[in-house]
This record gives sequence, structure tokens and C-alpha cells, in this order.
Amino acid sequence: MIGSNLLRAASIATIASLAFGTTAANAQSLVINDEETMITQAPAAAHLENLDEVFSGWLFRTSETQTLQMDDFDNPGMIFVDQAIDQWDVVEGAAGKSCASCHEGGPAEFAGLRTVLPRWDEEAGGIQSMEDYINKCRTERMEADAWKWSASTMTAMTALIGLESRGMPVDVAIDGPASGAWELGKEIYYQRVGQLDMACANCHEDNYDTMIRADHLSQGQTNGFPAYRLKNAKLNSIHGRFKGCMKNIRATPFAEGSDEFRALELYVASRGNGLSVEGTSVRN
Amino acid sequence: MKRTAFLIIGATAAFAAMATAGTIEPDNVEFDDYGAVAASLTGVAGDAASGRKLFANRKLGNCLACHQNDDYLEQSFHGEVGPPLNGVADRWSESELRGIVSNSKVTFEGTIMPSFYRTSGFYRNMEKFEGKPILSAQDVEDVIAYLLTLTE
Ligand code: HEC
Ligand code: HEC
Repeated sequence: MIGSNLLRAASIATIASLAFGTTAANAQSLVINDEETMITQAPAAAHLENLDEVFSGWLFRTSETQTLQMDDFDNPGMIFVDQAIDQWDVVEGAAGKSCASCHEGGPAEFAGLRTVLPRWDEEAGGIQSMEDYINKCRTERMEADAWKWSASTMTAMTALIGLESRGMPVDVAIDGPASGAWELGKEIYYQRVGQLDMACANCHEDNYDTMIRADHLSQGQTNGFPAYRLKNAKLNSIHGRFKGCMKNIRATPFAEGSDEFRALELYVASRGNGLSVEGTSVRN
Repeated sequence: MKRTAFLIIGATAAFAAMATAGTIEPDNVEFDDYGAVAASLTGVAGDAASGRKLFANRKLGNCLACHQNDDYLEQSFHGEVGPPLNGVADRWSESELRGIVSNSKVTFEGTIMPSFYRTSGFYRNMEKFEGKPILSAQDVEDVIAYLLTLTE
């Protein structure tokens, strides 16, 4: 209560000038390593009927958590990026290849890729996420085992590849052949589920920027993923986060890597079109 | 063998009858046009002290997740999703509160607030919660008894 009153006082004091005010110390602009400025606030995409502006989840975190993401030496997610750099050269599978065998330009070949994923893939005949492309390389080109959707090797590799798009705005396509999946994702986003009978929209559209117990609700954007969470001290995949939110409302989650979650991933990503890919974010 | 089985069945039946005597099942709760529920769900008076505990219990009421409540100064982090419940008993009658807690959607169309005494109409509910309300009938009565103490 006392905390809550303080929060309220702080937000009222700052409401005119700032969109957010959990504490007066909350930073409003995300500059990483003192040189790269992220777009954390952008006009909402035309398809978003109920929002005027979109915001990165970073804005809603405490100043302590925010600070961890402002310098790669402090960002605990970077340890996993280092692991993926090592993994890049590891030969695995019957074909005797590593990532480096085919991608001679290194992870830099993938600059910009994170901004357009997930996307419609003609060959696969469906929506493909970054995890799908990584596993396709593993199973078809390396003839190695697929990684589990949220395995630490997988989240680390998505972090390494995502980092090459840091600062670039999310720009997923929702029209053409992607439109069917996008509509399905939208339906899931607004569908109330579970014993608590809530939809993603109830928390992340209708009630963002309010406190739900100790959590400051964000818009549930995915531009920061994979996200290092202080709560579980590892990188978390987008589908893993969706699963967690569904379980919290006592709903049976869709499976990680299911068509439903790919569709939801596309829809949620499109809600964040215009926000910077943050590389590896830090969240609570 | 036969006799034991008979005894067990007999005892179970007697216990079930005792536990459900006078309890209105979730699907049978009668709401008036404004969402109020006049009849007690159990016929047993609510216990405000138990209701106070349920109010903050994260696995049960978890009301504090969304509602600020000045009667709960010992706990930090009061939610802001719903209105503060200070003085709520001055605004709503017992029947209205029973309706709001049992199934808030009848009083507030489209609200985010969960229905605490409802078992049907859910989608993708977790199997372990299927057919069970979030709060038992007596829990709801206890929460109402507690809310009725919140006057200003
Ligand atoms: C009961 C409220 C609630 C519901 C319903 C809910 N979430 Fe969340 N979600 C949270 C909270 C609390 C957090 C952590 C704080 C924050 O970023 O909002 C969170 C975080 C997230 C994040 C991480 C954001 C970031 O920047 O790290 C994503 C993505 C997300 N939710 C997506 C979803 C989707 C998709 C759904 C529906 C399947 C959903 N949520 C349903 C409460 C909810
Ligand atoms: C996820 C959020 C949430 C939870 C959990 C929740 N509520 Fe609510 N509650 C609301 C919202 C939002 C409203 C306002 C109604 C509306 O317009 O949607 C509300 C309204 C109310 C009101 C009417 C308040 C007034 O002054 O008009 C009462 C009483 C109430 N809630 C009691 C409870 C109790 C008791 C619990 C727990 C057993 C609870 N709520 C749990 C969100 C919640």
C-alpha cells in the first residue's frame, strides 16, 4: 500500500511529461554501451485499432533492471551469446559440419533477419520462426539432432543471431500468404482462456502501465527476445513466455513450436512493428 | 468384503451429503438483473477473518493482485488493475458483493476480474481446474463477510 501510494504519487507527478512513472528514477531512453540508441516508443502500426503508441517492455522495468541492459558487460544474457559464439564452430552431425561450414561470413550474415521473423515460408508452406530455421540447418544440412524449442543451446543461438539486428526496427509482414496465420494469431490474442478467463489483451492492451501485484504490466512486446529473466536466470524464448503467461491464467498452453504459437508470435511481433530489436533484453 | 465395501460407500455418501447440505452449485447461483445474488451460497455465515486471509492468498482470492486495500498495510505491492476496495461496503450491499465475487461478469460486462464461483463457459481451462470454482462456496461467503468490514 505504502509502495502503491508512492507509485501513484510518482505517476501523477510525471504523467504530463512522461508516459511512465513507476519511480522518478526510471530511465526513458535505452542507449546500449553508450552508443546504440534503441527505439523504445513508436507510433502504433495501422492495424492496431486500440493503441496509439507502442512501447518496449524495457520502459516498464525498475531502474535497476533497466541499467543491466544498458551495458553488455552488465547484461547477464551476454554470457549465453558467448556460448553461442563457441557453438557456431562446433562440428556436429553426420554431415560433419558446423554453422561456420556454410555461413562463412559468420553471424553477421544474418543482419536484419530478426526484424522480419516470424515470416511466411513458401517451401515450408507455413509460418517459420528463427528456431525453425536453426533446426532446419541442424537436421538437413548438418544431419544433427534438432534442438528443443527452448533448449539453452537454442535460445543462445537465437540471441547471437538476433544481436546482429540490434537497433533495427521490427518489420514483420502480415499480408499476402502470412495473413491467414496473422488472423489466427489475432484471434488467440483476444480469446479469453483458462480458469481466470483472461485474454492477452486484457493485461497487455487494456491494462498496460498498471501494477498487477508487484509486476508493472507492459504491452507484452517481443522485440526484446530472447529475454534474460532475473527470475529464472536464463534466456527465455518467445514461445516460452507465451506458455508462462497462459499457465498463469490457468489455461492449457499451446505447445512451443506449435502452429498456434507461431501464429501468435507473428501477430504479437506485428504489434511491435517499429520498435527496435534489443538483442538480448533483461527482464524480471 | 461385501460388507466393507458397503460401509465405505455408506460413509462416503453421508460425508458428501454433509458437505453439500444447503450449498448452491456454481451453475445454480441465481443472479438478479443487476448481477446481485441474494441467497447465501451455503446458509452458513461467512467468517471475516478467514476471508481476510483469502483476500491476499495468491492461489485463492489473490484480490490484492488487482485491488488496493488500506486494511492490508502489512503487505506491499497492491495492484492497480481494479478500483481500490477501501470503503467498498459503503458502496455495495451484501447481495451485490456476492454477485461480484461469484461472477463479476454479470455486474461488470466484459471485466478482466475473474469469476470466483463459476465452473462453466471456460476455454482451454487446465484439466486440474476443470469443474472446480476458484473459491469454494464457503470461501466466497468468507470473502463477502470480510468485504463487509471495509467501511470508511
Ligand atoms: C494476468 C495478466 C496477463 C495475461 C492475461 C498475459 N500476460 Fe503476458 N505478462 C504478464 C506479466 C505480469 C508480464 C511481466 C511484466 C510485463 O512485461 O508485462 C508479462 C510479460 C509478457 C511478455 C514479455 C514482455 C517483455 O518485454 O519482456 C510477453 C511477450 C507476453 N507477456 C505476452 C503475452 C501473451 C501473448 C499473452 C496471451 C497468451 C499474455 N502475455 C497474457 C501478464 C499477463
Ligand atoms: C485481474 C484483476 C482482478 C482480480 C484478481 C480481482 N478483481 Fe475485483 N475488480 C477488478 C476490476 C477491473 C473491477 C472494476 C470492474 C470493471 O469495470 O471491470 C473490479 C471490481 C470489484 C469490486 C467493485 C468495486 C467498486 O468499488 O466498485 C469488488 C467488490 C471487487 N472487485 C472485489 C474483488 C475481490 C473480493 C476479489 C478477489 C476474491 C477480486 N475483486 C479480484 C479486477 C480484479
